[in-house]
Amino acid sequence: MPSAPVFIQAESVSREYRLGESVIRAVDAVSLSVEKGEFLALLGSSGSGKSTLLSMMAGLDRPTSGAIRVQDRNLAELDKEELARYRRETVGMVFQSFNLLPRMTLEENVELPLRLAEVNRADRESRVGEALQRVGLGPRRRHRPSELSGGEQQRGALARALVNRPAILFADEPTGNLDSVNGEQILLLLREIQDSLGMTVIMVTHERPLAEKFANRIALLSDGRLLSDGARR
Amino acid sequence: MKTRDLSELAVRNLREAVLRNSLTTLGVAVGVASLVAMLSLGVGLQTLASQRLSRSGLFDAVFVTSQRNFRGPRQPPPPDAAPKRESRPLDDDARIQFSKLPNVTEVYPQIRFVTDVRYAGKSESTSVLGLPDSSRSSGAFDGMKGAFFSSPTADEAILQIDFAKLLSDQPPSLIGKELTLRYAERGALSKAADDDEALLDSMMGSGKPGGISIIPREKTLRVVGVIESDPSAGIGGFGGARVYLPLKTAEQLHVAQPDDLQAFLSGNSAKPSYMAMTVRVRSPKDVLQVEEAIKQLGFATFSLLDATKSLRLVFTVFDLFLGLFGSLALTVASLGIINTLVMAILERRREIGILKALGATDRDVRSLFFAEAGAMGLFGGFFGVALGWLIGSALTWGTTIYLHRQNLPGVKISYIPWWLALGGIAFAIIVSLVAGLYPASRAARLNPVDALRYE
Repeated sequence: MPSAPVFIQAESVSREYRLGESVIRAVDAVSLSVEKGEFLALLGSSGSGKSTLLSMMAGLDRPTSGAIRVQDRNLAELDKEELARYRRETVGMVFQSFNLLPRMTLEENVELPLRLAEVNRADRESRVGEALQRVGLGPRRRHRPSELSGGEQQRGALARALVNRPAILFADEPTGNLDSVNGEQILLLLREIQDSLGMTVIMVTHERPLAEKFANRIALLSDGRLLSDGARR
Repeated sequence: MKTRDLSELAVRNLREAVLRNSLTTLGVAVGVASLVAMLSLGVGLQTLASQRLSRSGLFDAVFVTSQRNFRGPRQPPPPDAAPKRESRPLDDDARIQFSKLPNVTEVYPQIRFVTDVRYAGKSESTSVLGLPDSSRSSGAFDGMKGAFFSSPTADEAILQIDFAKLLSDQPPSLIGKELTLRYAERGALSKAADDDEALLDSMMGSGKPGGISIIPREKTLRVVGVIESDPSAGIGGFGGARVYLPLKTAEQLHVAQPDDLQAFLSGNSAKPSYMAMTVRVRSPKDVLQVEEAIKQLGFATFSLLDATKSLRLVFTVFDLFLGLFGSLALTVASLGIINTLVMAILERRREIGILKALGATDRDVRSLFFAEAGAMGLFGGFFGVALGWLIGSALTWGTTIYLHRQNLPGVKISYIPWWLALGGIAFAIIVSLVAGLYPASRAARLNPVDALRYE
């Protein structure tokens, strides 16, 4: 079976942090390719550099050296404005701690990326409704995050990540703050959405069973280095 | 992000920390209020002074005298006096000439004479002055007991209170009563008298025919008002009169004037002339040009133009100082804005990170903080102007009560023109935006990864 075209290509990517005199290399010459529509799990223990690698691929951070190519654009060479547009138009993000704005209702949180993308108001309402419907939170749209359970908050965050119809969804420990039942439900939902929309999903996790259950491929990181990038399933 | 979305988010953010943001906005409002109140006081006092001075006729008037008028025995001619032109009498021909000059609105002679006033068997000697009808609006008669003359030709009189006290223990009771003036009328000589005069002239060898006759007359006038201050000080510039008549009534009396004697001696007694005339111009800026034109006609002039300039300078400096004091409060308020927004950045670090992760640009974040600062400035400016107006009104109210207790008419000492209201709001917004510059750029520079990590 012919493989899908490479969608994301990390080429010898390194990320260093300077702490006084010492230099800490969080990601060390990682090369990795991700195909379109793939569900990749970046697996590793705490401090392995998986979240740093994800941040760079999501356009939140820049590599100290190397290149990250997404649809033939090298993210390391984009200026701040272009990188912001990449995050706005190509990427959706889900975080471990949900990161919904507490003073906004659920639908206002989900609407936020559409405001930033300057989508007109008439379209916004239908797209917000559609995204909330997809994650099963239609009836909770007027609730504030504090009025939702952890699982509901993460589903809300997922709706917010999907509302801009991104090509890539990045999930940084999406089950980290959830119990195992809710964690599985979220990943199940994520997988369903990925299947139905054909999105590329890159998820950071330290839970091997979940990664093995839901991801197409597992890339293992340790001390900033890529130990294995696994076989596609 | 679109402006409407930006504004909505800014207002929402302000509403969230409502107490702190309200206090900061109140700080701006107090700053603007102090600035507006100070400047409104300056503007109000300046307007009041300008109106009073303008109504008094001192600053839009040129006082004209004939160059042949007497100087005091020890007074030499002024050192910068213009070369002596042909000396002209200040008569009705001159009056017509003055009235035809551009920007001249009114010309009237100064009719002043000494007379005997009789009332209820009492006889008092005093000075009488004719008042033009325009002095009705000079402000000098505000608070007068009774009323101004019913018409420019009415046989009516207004008495100065000190003089009225000589006639009655209850001066206001004189209103409506009649009194009699005894005065000397200047008349033309009869034909026979003129011939005798000519004969006398030829015998004396003066060679200057002409003459005047002085006839004692009486005139009955009804008292219509009693005034405490001296209204003539601001009108003729000389003051001192104690009985006032309508100017036209005074002119019709043809009272002999001191100039008549001079005219007689110089052989120009055929027409009556006046001691002085007042030429009113459209605005103080026209004074110089009219004054020059009158000098060219051969008359001496006097105006208070320089005093007006000095007055404006004083008020400009006064406004400047008031503005500086007012601005100090606004400077303190702007520090409050900086403090509030810097604190907001610390508290909202994570939110900034989320916004950036969702695709907000540095400019979006900067604009959001800027909009919040601007909104505080707008609301602060609006409430500040309202508060400044209240303070000004309270000052006017307090001053009016005080003046009323002193039996004086109330005045509006605080005035907020439209430019001050709009300027106050605009200034508050500008100061707030400047205060928001640093916090906004600091927020925009936040690294999204660091911001998201912030707990």
